[in-house]
Amino acid sequence: MTNDTMTKGMSRIDGRLKVTGAARYSAEFTPAGMVYAVLVGSTITKGTIRSIDTKAAEKAPGVLAVITHINSPKIAGYQVEPGKQEPAKGTYKLFYNNKILFNGQPIAVVIANTFERAQYAASLVKAQYNAETYQTKLADNTAKAFAPEGDGKKTRGIADAWKTAPVKLEQEYIIPSESHSPMELHAIIAKWDAPDKLTVWTKTQGVQDTQDGIANIFKLPKANIQVNSKFVGGAFGSALQVWPHEVAAILAAQVVKRPVKLVLGRADMFTSVGYRPNTWQKIGIGATTDGKLVGITHEAAGQTSTYEDFNEDPVGVSRSTYACPNVNTVYKISPLDIGSPTWMRGPGEATGAFALESALDELAYALNIDPIELRIINNAETDPDSGKPFSSKYLKEAYKLGADSIGWSDRKAKPASLSKNGWLVGYGMGVGMFGAYRDKASAKAIMMANGTLIIQTAVSDIGPGTGTAMVTIASDIMGIPADRIRFDMGDSSLPQAPSQGGSSTTATVGSAVYQACTDLKESFQKLIGNGGTDKPDYVEVLKKNDLPKLEVTAAVSGGPEMEKYAMYSWSVHFIKVLVHPATGVVKVDKAVCVADSGHIVSPKTARSQIVGGAIGGIGMALMEEVIIDHRYGRLVNNSFADYHLPVNADIPQIEALFVNKPDPYLNPMGAKGMGEIALIGMAAAVANAVFNATGKRIRELPITPDKLVGMEDLLES
Amino acid sequence: MKAFQYTRATTQQSAIDAIAKPGTKIIAGGTNLIDLMKRGVIAPDKLVDINQLPLNSISVNKLGHLHIGALALNSAVAEANLVKDLQPLLAMALNAGASPQLRNMATVGGNMMQRTRCAYFYDTTMPCNKREPGSGCGAIGGYSRMHAIFGASDKCIAVHPSDMCVALAALDATVTVSGRKGQRLIPFTEFHRLPGEHPEMDNTLAPGELITGISIPHNNFAKNSYYLKIRDRQSYAFALTSVAAALEISNGTIKQARLAMGGVAHKPWRLFDAEKALVGKPATEESFKQVAEIAMQGAKAYEYNKFKLKLAPATLVEALKHAAGLV
Ligand SMILES: Cc1cc2nc3c(=O)[nH]c(=O)nc-3n(C[C@H](O)[C@H](O)[C@H](O)COP(=O)(O)OP(=O)(O)OC[C@H]3O[C@@H](n4cnc5c(N)ncnc54)[C@H](O)[C@@H]3O)c2cc1C
Ligand code: SF4
Repeated sequence: MTNDTMTKGMSRIDGRLKVTGAARYSAEFTPAGMVYAVLVGSTITKGTIRSIDTKAAEKAPGVLAVITHINSPKIAGYQVEPGKQEPAKGTYKLFYNNKILFNGQPIAVVIANTFERAQYAASLVKAQYNAETYQTKLADNTAKAFAPEGDGKKTRGIADAWKTAPVKLEQEYIIPSESHSPMELHAIIAKWDAPDKLTVWTKTQGVQDTQDGIANIFKLPKANIQVNSKFVGGAFGSALQVWPHEVAAILAAQVVKRPVKLVLGRADMFTSVGYRPNTWQKIGIGATTDGKLVGITHEAAGQTSTYEDFNEDPVGVSRSTYACPNVNTVYKISPLDIGSPTWMRGPGEATGAFALESALDELAYALNIDPIELRIINNAETDPDSGKPFSSKYLKEAYKLGADSIGWSDRKAKPASLSKNGWLVGYGMGVGMFGAYRDKASAKAIMMANGTLIIQTAVSDIGPGTGTAMVTIASDIMGIPADRIRFDMGDSSLPQAPSQGGSSTTATVGSAVYQACTDLKESFQKLIGNGGTDKPDYVEVLKKNDLPKLEVTAAVSGGPEMEKYAMYSWSVHFIKVLVHPATGVVKVDKAVCVADSGHIVSPKTARSQIVGGAIGGIGMALMEEVIIDHRYGRLVNNSFADYHLPVNADIPQIEALFVNKPDPYLNPMGAKGMGEIALIGMAAAVANAVFNATGKRIRELPITPDKLVGMEDLLES
Repeated sequence: MKAFQYTRATTQQSAIDAIAKPGTKIIAGGTNLIDLMKRGVIAPDKLVDINQLPLNSISVNKLGHLHIGALALNSAVAEANLVKDLQPLLAMALNAGASPQLRNMATVGGNMMQRTRCAYFYDTTMPCNKREPGSGCGAIGGYSRMHAIFGASDKCIAVHPSDMCVALAALDATVTVSGRKGQRLIPFTEFHRLPGEHPEMDNTLAPGELITGISIPHNNFAKNSYYLKIRDRQSYAFALTSVAAALEISNGTIKQARLAMGGVAHKPWRLFDAEKALVGKPATEESFKQVAEIAMQGAKAYEYNKFKLKLAPATLVEALKHAAGLV
């Protein structure tokens, strides 16, 4: 790949549309006759609805209908299996019965001819409940946690071998629940085109998975459902399933026989579209005096809801990150009376890496070995879990790149040794890993008579710049400039593509685009004859052959390499922090994130991916925490004023570095994923830097000033 | 939200006449009022927009007293040279508040009148004596991390969220208000009140009164002033604790001091005893630590805000060090 755009990087193809407001997100369509729906949430945490008074709401100006569990049309997909009392566990079933399973659960949807009227009428719906006692606090409920299906206990070598090591430690690590909080609110417009035909504009990470999900819930033929999601303003895992508010809008549109728009409010975003679950972890880790790992025991208990077993295997990182002969892991989930958690950027690994990478730092300190050195000593040359060779792994190079850039040599092993202008200075690092995948996907490449290339595939772009990466790939293969290429996506009628998640889009959809373009070019070369030329004049060839266009659809799939190799993307994060000893304020002074994510297809958008992930990691480390008042089971910080995400003032200079060596096996571009590894390991890197600055080890996130206040003696000594 | 009427007042008198009617609320920048309406915390029948009233001037009189109109924008005040030169503490406090976008909308009067950010006050399904007298206080026994350590009552432990007001309390400002009975002046430190038995009352503004402006008497603090705000993120977060410190130092000795804390009480918490104790002392960290102990007398924490017992004195010492030019 020698194209100029490959080295310098193309700007986002949709950047201009986004910054000028021309990009239309799911809430920004107005089918004729559209009306507005607003949800009413329960105000108790568990129990039953005794009665629900909707009269005042129904009489309010502009109101078309109020739907509750009492008058809701039956939803075909919620049927109970023969012989069972309750439907199978899974996503929350809207208006299924009078049971309240979590606080804020939708108990009614009000539809009116304006948003304001719907919202006002929603405030008039009054429910009477029979409240029951409930549990919302993980710390009180780890005893009833159970092993999720397929996970649970795993042992390699001897269990608890760390206890026999000459240098060892055991510690607990806790992360609170975190909210995805994308900028764009979740929104859907549902329009029934016929009694069995539906069009939706909705925020989703996968138009075809949403199509499947709706087909299952409403028992409609998949082909009768059209899902559009052209632009997505961030999702981070929160748009990988059909949520109750989407079901509500579709139902509402059915009842009022008009298109219905439903946009979640910011407060509802905290209870309606999942979150990263509050998770308790314990790690026992031991090594020989020269730093060889003897054993790791990693336990975790995460919260889930009573109606769905959410399982993200946070302990997996301990089995695969380092060469360690003896590893045993235990993972359990504890059902609480709260809404279900869901995937959130770096699901499982981000949680697990906070514990593992903190523990490794603690071990390095106990051993008096440099944290990078300790990781190099225990570098896994083959996947310790499967025994398979890695398809590619350049983590050692990544350590070097990052250490040089952050100035690791300035770090002192003894905590609280460095200070500057009254602030303590500390350095820390942490490693991230995430499986690299390639899935099934198709793409269509169409060369038009005027020389415009159209690429079509049903992928979504939640922000990483997928379109930009795909156009880069197409431009490179076809040898035509990016501005002659149109990329169509976010439409379920286009060729098959998986949901955008698990950092697999470039590898998967990129492979399909690569193949389609390669095949299309070959078709032209065949038309030219004599083996064609490497730079066909497409317009000329079409004209000569009297063709209005030439198109090719290509499909790709996983491939046998995936069986032979262990495939992972790797990252290493380096952090320099300043900690104010008296007030406990932490400022990240510099972040360096190095990614081993194969060949970098689209350098500019790759950089933003890393920067975005790093910011997410800083948020996780320093401020993000969903807080429940367990006396009520209700959230107390469900707004952007109170749920803190980093703002510009919190964001340091972030260096994004790439090893940029192709993976020979994952896909023809040599690309691996990077969305998840941008965040995984970051929180530990920050916590480790705080320890290096202060000698205080924070094992429960986030690291807010209250946890560090009162260390002024450190500077004086 | 409930449907409401909206009118614009073109004269001060018409504004005063309009707000004499119950259920009528003034709207200035709207940055707090509208949020409260959206959350159903308040539901006025009528809004009177006062933005057309000529109350946005910033001026200084012959005696060097600074006068600021109630409608002056938070950003305009913070950027005004008069303010930066004469009362830099006020500019610093304003710049520590909210975000640039909000400061561009928020007015001085609105800032003074902003309600607490207590989560229970905002959630109408929760008990809150301030929102609904007699319903109980959700924060006591609940999530009290942001709450008061001084002057709270068993009815309410909320804090006043403003940064600007902390500086104004320190600077001995006076509030000018107008009502049907005419104009009156309220010393800034008496404008906001402690919750006592009536947490529903944030301040001493009488129903039907309009804030027209504030004035700050001349002082010699410009050289040695500092506003320090400790928060969970570096911008756009309310104070965990904050301190407005103003010193007059002569040959290393403190001649006069003004101190107020934010994030610790139902009103900006002026530290009169600590101020007195500073007078005559050398401007050293040692002196500041001594007065921090005095400042903390009578502090009482709740389940989640115990850290403020350490953070508040640390903030005070740090702010004084900055004011004195020691950092
Ligand atoms: C997300 C967020 C973060 C914030 N962070 C901070 C912060 O860190 N620090 C901080 O100090 N502030 C902060 N604020 C609060 C902000 O400063 C206030 O919302 C603002 O100052 C209110 O001014 P306004 O003109 O918009 O008032 P409005 O919202 O218009 O009015 C507020 C109240 O004042 C009354 N009122 C307005 N003018 C007068 C008058 N002249 N006479 C009598 N009554 C009047 C209104 O009737 C209303 O009750 C934040 C706000 C938000 C939304
Ligand atoms: S502290 Fe005050 S504002 Fe908060 S819940 Fe209690 S009474 Fe209401």
